[in-house]
Amino acid sequence: MNNDGRYLRLTVLSIVGFSLILPIFLGFWQTGRAAFGLFPALGRDTLSLAPWRELVMLPGFGSSLKLTLVTGVSATVFSLLLATGFCAAVHSRVTPGAGARMLTPFLAIPHAALAVGLAFVLAPSGWIARGLAPFVGWDRPPDLATVNDTWGLALIIGLMIKEVPFLLLVILSALTQIPVAKHVSAGRALGYGRGVVWVKIIMPQVWPMIRLPVWVVLAYALSVVDVAMILGPSNPPTLAVAITRWFNAADPGQILPASAGAILQVLIIALGIAVFVLGECLVRRVGRWWLRRGGRGLSTEPGLHLASVITVVLMAIGMLAMLSLLIWSLAWRWPFPQFLPESWSLRSWTNSSSGWQRALSNTVFLAITTAVLSVALAIAWLEGEDRARRGRAAWAEALIYLPLVIPQVGFLYGLNIAFLKIGISGDMTAVIWAQAIFVFPYVMIALSDPWRGLDHRTLDSAAALGAGPFKRLVKIKLPILLRPILTATAIGVAVSVAQYLPTLFMGAGRIATLTTEAVTLSSGSDRRVTGVYAALQTMLPFVAYLAAFLIPAFLHRNRRDLNGTIQT
Amino acid sequence: MKHLLIAALAFSFGTPALADWQQTLDEARGQTVFWNAWGGDERTNAFIAWVSEQTEAQYGVKVEQVKLSNTAEAVTRVISEKAAGRDQDGSIDMIWINGPNFLAMKEQGLLHGPFVADLPNAQYLDLGPTSAASIDFTVPVEGMESPWRLAKFVFTYDSARVSVVPRTMADFVSWAADHPGGFTHPAPSNFMGATFLKQALIELAPDASVLQQPVSDAAYGVTTAPLWEWYDALRPNMWRDGKTFPENESIQQQMLNDGAVDISMSLDPASTAAAIAQGLLPETARVFVPEDGSIGNISFVAIPYNAAHAAGAEVVANFLIAPETQAHMQNIDVLGSFSVLDPSKLDAPALATFAALPASDALPTLESLGPTLLEPHASWMTRLTEDWARRYTK
Repeated sequence: MNNDGRYLRLTVLSIVGFSLILPIFLGFWQTGRAAFGLFPALGRDTLSLAPWRELVMLPGFGSSLKLTLVTGVSATVFSLLLATGFCAAVHSRVTPGAGARMLTPFLAIPHAALAVGLAFVLAPSGWIARGLAPFVGWDRPPDLATVNDTWGLALIIGLMIKEVPFLLLVILSALTQIPVAKHVSAGRALGYGRGVVWVKIIMPQVWPMIRLPVWVVLAYALSVVDVAMILGPSNPPTLAVAITRWFNAADPGQILPASAGAILQVLIIALGIAVFVLGECLVRRVGRWWLRRGGRGLSTEPGLHLASVITVVLMAIGMLAMLSLLIWSLAWRWPFPQFLPESWSLRSWTNSSSGWQRALSNTVFLAITTAVLSVALAIAWLEGEDRARRGRAAWAEALIYLPLVIPQVGFLYGLNIAFLKIGISGDMTAVIWAQAIFVFPYVMIALSDPWRGLDHRTLDSAAALGAGPFKRLVKIKLPILLRPILTATAIGVAVSVAQYLPTLFMGAGRIATLTTEAVTLSSGSDRRVTGVYAALQTMLPFVAYLAAFLIPAFLHRNRRDLNGTIQT
Repeated sequence: MKHLLIAALAFSFGTPALADWQQTLDEARGQTVFWNAWGGDERTNAFIAWVSEQTEAQYGVKVEQVKLSNTAEAVTRVISEKAAGRDQDGSIDMIWINGPNFLAMKEQGLLHGPFVADLPNAQYLDLGPTSAASIDFTVPVEGMESPWRLAKFVFTYDSARVSVVPRTMADFVSWAADHPGGFTHPAPSNFMGATFLKQALIELAPDASVLQQPVSDAAYGVTTAPLWEWYDALRPNMWRDGKTFPENESIQQQMLNDGAVDISMSLDPASTAAAIAQGLLPETARVFVPEDGSIGNISFVAIPYNAAHAAGAEVVANFLIAPETQAHMQNIDVLGSFSVLDPSKLDAPALATFAALPASDALPTLESLGPTLLEPHASWMTRLTEDWARRYTK
C-alpha cells in the first residue's frame, strides 16, 4: 500500500464513478421504473408486472428472442473459432505489428458503414449477383433472401467481418506474452499436430487474457441495433431492434413493454456470459481428461486451412463492401445487372443540400473531444496506479469493462430522461458525455498494456537524477509513450465516430453526425448519398490511425528506439 | 404603453389577430425553429432547406431540420421531456405529423394551440368543419396543426417491363398470380405499409362508412374479414412469399429500380417524376391509381406544448401556406406536392402561377388521380397493423 498520488487516484475514480458509471445506473433506474409500470407522464403510476405481460404478448416476441440468441451466440462462437484457427495458421509468418496494420481497416470502419456496404455486396441486386448475372442469365435480381434473411445469416456475416479482426488483434497481442514458438516446437517435437498444439497448449494460456474481450463481442452481438437494422430480418427483427421500434411506436403506451424488453436485454447478456463461463468450467474438466489422453490429432490440419480460407473470404467481402461505398457515392445511374455504374457523377458530393459538411464537422468535433478527454482520463488513471505502485484491482477492471458488456438500448432511453432532468439533453455536452461512456473503456484498454510495458529503469534513472513524479510523467513517460497514446486516441476517434444510439438519444436528433445520417439514409432510396456518408464515416478513423502512425514517425525520426513498441 | 398602442392598433384594424401576429413576428425574430421531419426523402430535405433561407430573409427565423427515420421518434421525445418535467424550452419546435401520431399527442395534451386561425395565410385555406384541412384521419384538427402538403396514395410501375397493371385492389390477387414475386408492400409498421392495407380495406369492406367511426370490436371483425381473405390469397404470390417486407417505400422504390419487384407505392404522386429526374427510376416509370380512387390526406405541422420557439414555428407554419410557397412546392422540379390551398380563395395572379408550372410524362394530372378516399379513423390503423403483426409475424 502506498499513499503517493492518493488524491490523483481519488479524483480519477470519482470522475469515472460519477460521470461514466453513475449515468448507467441512473438510466437503468428510469428504464426499470417504466418496466414495472411507473411512468407518470403517461398517467401510469402503479407498480405492476403488466409491461412484462404486454412484452410477452407483443407479436413476434418469441421469434425475436430466438433470433437474438441464435445470431448473437453464433456470430461470437464462429468469430472466435475463425480467429483462433487463422492465428494458428499464420502466426509464425506475421509479426504482431504487421498483423495490426493489416487489420486496421477492419477495426477502423464503423459497423454501420460496413453494414451499408455489405448490404450492397450481398443483396440479390448487389455486386456478387451482378458479377454472376452474365453467366447465369439474370436480367433482374434473383428472388433470394441474401440480406435481411429470416435466419439472420447476413447479420451473422456482417458481425463476423467486424469481430474476427477484433479478436485476431486481441489474440495476437495476448500471444506476445507467451513463448509461442517454443511451445509450438516442443509440441510438434512430441508429435502433436499444429492445430492440436494450439488447442491444447496455446489457447488455454491465451483464454484468460481474451476472456473479457470475448464477452464484449458477445454482449455487442446480442444487443446491436444499427447493423441488425440494416442486415437483419425485419419481420420480426432481433430483440434490440424490436425494442428500439417499440420505444418509437405511434402508441406511446408501448414505451412500458419496451422498457421491460430493455431490462430483458440485460438478462439475456448476463445469461450469455453465464453460458460462456459454464462452458469454460466444463472445458476445464473435460479438457484435462482430454489432454491426458494424449491424442496427437494430426487430422486438424484441414480445419486450420478451412478457418484461414473462410477468414480470407470474409475479409475480401469486407474490402468489397468498403469499395462499394466509394463507388456508389460517385455513381449517377447504376441499374441492375451492370457491374459498374452506367454514368458517373460528383453530384452526391457537391450537392450542398445533402449537408454532409455539417455532419462531418459535428463528427470530427465530437470524436476529437471525447477521444482527448478519455485519453487524458486514462493517463491520469494509469499514472495513479503507477504512483501507488500496485496493479489494478479486479473490481477496477470490471468497472472499466462494464459499459462494454451492457446493452446500450437498456439504459440510454432512461439516461435521456435523467439528462433532461438536469437540463443538458439535446446539446453537444450531452452527446460528448454519453459517447465518453463508451469511448473511455476502449481507450483505457488500448493504453494499459503499453503503459505497463514501459521500461522502469528509465524512470528510475530520472528519479535518481532528482525528477519528481510530475516531471517523470511529462518528460519521460508521455514522450516515450507518444505512439501508444496517439493510437489510443485514434481508437477513441473510431469508437466515437461509430456511436449511433447515444448520439441519437442524447442529441435529441439535433446533433447530426455521419453515423446518424448514414443510418437514417440507409432507410431511404438514394444509395448514392448514403455512399457519401458511409465513405466519409470510414475515412475519418482511417485518417486518425494514419496520424497516429505518422506523427510519432516524424517526431521520432532520429530516435531509433522510440518506435513505441514495448521495451523488454 | 406598448400594450395600449397594440390595443389601439387592434381597434383600428378591426382584426385583433393581425395585431397579435405582429407580436408573434417580433417574438420570432432571431429564433431557430427545430423542425422534426422524416428525413428519408432528399427532395423534401432540400425543400426544407429552401424554407429556411426564405424565412430567414423575410422574418429572421431560421429553420433547422431534425431528420427522423420515423415520426413517432419525435412523439417519444416530447413524452420523455414531459416525464423529466421539462415543460418549457423543449427540444422540438415543430413536427411534420398526421394521423395516429397527431391523435396520440392530442390525447396526451402534448400540443401547443389552437394556433391555425391566428395565421394570416389561413385565409387561403378551406377551414370548414368537414374540409380536408380540418379533419386528420377523422380526428378534428381544432386548430392544433396546420396543413402544408397534400398526399395521395399512388402506385408506381415500370411501363417497359409490365404492360398490365391491376385496375382495382381486388385485381391484385390475379395480377400477383400472373407475376409471382413481382409485388410487395412496406411492412405495416411503416406508415406506407399501413396505408396500403387501409386502401384495400376501404375497397373491400362491406360497409366502408363504419371506417369513419372509432373502431369497435363488432365492426372490426365484420369489416376486416374480406380484407384478410383477400390478403391470404395475395400473400403467397408476393415477393419472397410474403414472408419479408421492405422497411419503407424508399427501399421499395430502390427495389423497383433494381427490378426486384414490379410495383412500388407512394403518398406523393410527383415522386415518380422526381425520381426519374434524379436517376433513381428508369425513364419508363409511370403512376397508376385504382379505379375507385385512392386514399388522400393532408400532411400537417404541429407545435409541441413545450416548444422553445413556438412563435418562430407559427411564422414558419404561416410561411408554408403562403400561395407563393405552395406554388413553389407544387413545381415538379422542387417537390411536386399538390397545394393544400382552396383555389376559390386565391386571386388571379396566384392562380396563374399555379397554371404556369412545368409538366412531365410521369407526373399525373389531378384529374387522372381519380376520386380521393377519406382516411379511416386513426384507431382503425392502429388496430389493423397490430392485427396484421399478430397474423403474419411468426
